[in-house]
Amino acid sequence: MMFLIRSLAATSFIILAWQALVTLADLPHFILPSPLRVATTLWEMKSLIASHAMITTIEILLGLLIGTILGVLTAIQLAQSKLTRYIIKPVLVLTQALPVFALAPLFTLWLGYGMESKILVAVLIIYFPVASAFFDGLMQTPKGWLDLAKVMGATPFQRLWRVQIPAALPSFASGLRLAAVYAPIGAVIGEWVGASKGLGYLMLLANGRAKIDLMFAALLVLAVLTLILHYLVGKFCDWLVNKYQP
Amino acid sequence: MTHSVGIHIKGSASIAGKPLFDALDMTLKAGQWSCLLGPSGIGKTTILYLLADLADHVDFDGEISLDDGKPLLERVSYMAQTDLLMPWLSALDNTLIGQRLRKEPTDHQKAQNLLTQLGLQDHINSYPSAMSGGQRQRVALARTLMEEREIVLLDEPFSALDAGTRADMQALSARWLKGKTVLHVTHDPAEAARLGQQIFLLQEDGLQQIKIPETPVVRAVDDPETLTCQGHLLRLLCGSSA
Repeated sequence: MMFLIRSLAATSFIILAWQALVTLADLPHFILPSPLRVATTLWEMKSLIASHAMITTIEILLGLLIGTILGVLTAIQLAQSKLTRYIIKPVLVLTQALPVFALAPLFTLWLGYGMESKILVAVLIIYFPVASAFFDGLMQTPKGWLDLAKVMGATPFQRLWRVQIPAALPSFASGLRLAAVYAPIGAVIGEWVGASKGLGYLMLLANGRAKIDLMFAALLVLAVLTLILHYLVGKFCDWLVNKYQP
Repeated sequence: MTHSVGIHIKGSASIAGKPLFDALDMTLKAGQWSCLLGPSGIGKTTILYLLADLADHVDFDGEISLDDGKPLLERVSYMAQTDLLMPWLSALDNTLIGQRLRKEPTDHQKAQNLLTQLGLQDHINSYPSAMSGGQRQRVALARTLMEEREIVLLDEPFSALDAGTRADMQALSARWLKGKTVLHVTHDPAEAARLGQQIFLLQEDGLQQIKIPETPVVRAVDDPETLTCQGHLLRLLCGSSA
């Protein structure tokens, strides 16, 4: 409750300061629109903004889902075999050496202006933190548990499923938290490079036509989407850590 | 009750070129509780790991044989210094973990009975975080008993408990593990004097077997013979660390 009050107070302060800046400096609305103007635009163009927000949301969620699944599978595969670690780990690091921003135009070229190229950018951004954090967790399973499993005659799959994976879930949670922050960035980068839909596209379009109020409105919606995602994923991660942390 | 089996360990061991013990010759009698004492780093836990097949990092030159000539595989259970309970599993599920790890059918009734007999009837569905150190170690004992193995290896399982809980756990474990061949690695002369049906002391100059009190186990903590044995052990240990 206190957190909510503090957040509301901080937000009100920022809005007031923004309004004061616009009024006192007499800024034209195509440089910095007033909060009231942004709010009005948001209301008037709500169905347009909502349709673009829907596209971006789907891209973010699919990117997060696919990136997480691929990251988890990679981590498990890496943890299982020394040979895979030897071969795949350098490739993983290499993928991080290439800035995704530079690859995004290629994805648009190959996959077109639709959602697929944006999802792929998000997947690439999310994949590494999830794979890396979960892999670390799997490799750091307390030795005592592994010893116990061995003495008990565990099958390799059961050891992985009942000991290593649960023990690595707190690490996975920290990777997933990062991924939730990165996912919207991935989707918006993809939209900036080439798209016909989505909040990123709408922002560029509004900017190009000097509709800065619309741009701000889209930005605001994107920020709210990101915060909601961050909050929900954070709740889920807290639960994971609580349950699985020794 | 499963039949019990004696173990004979003979040989020398080193880790990464550093010798631990040489020409060890140790016999754990069938169905007896054997305590192994000695200064840190002498290789007590290594002997336990060798029996548990957890000694991949050890160069062992020698042989471990059982009375019945059969291999050691899947006849051993193990209790460590920490309870090794999985925090995401209830007491019941922690007790059943062995069967689950082997993909055997789980015997809930048996696990529940064991937990109840160990005084945990109110904690069957509790998670480790909601239990005291003593209760957790009792779940670990239930998990060990659930395995029904003939040989039980104990690696200082009571060392982290407070004095009263430790004495209770010693008595409880001795009662429940009776008839099994137990190797109990410990730092505590009082524990060895109280529980040991055989007591071994491993030192720089080799392994020696210590005369045990004549009173049957579990010996009373204030039994004069037990206290004498404890003092004797402590004197020998003091000499070895000087």
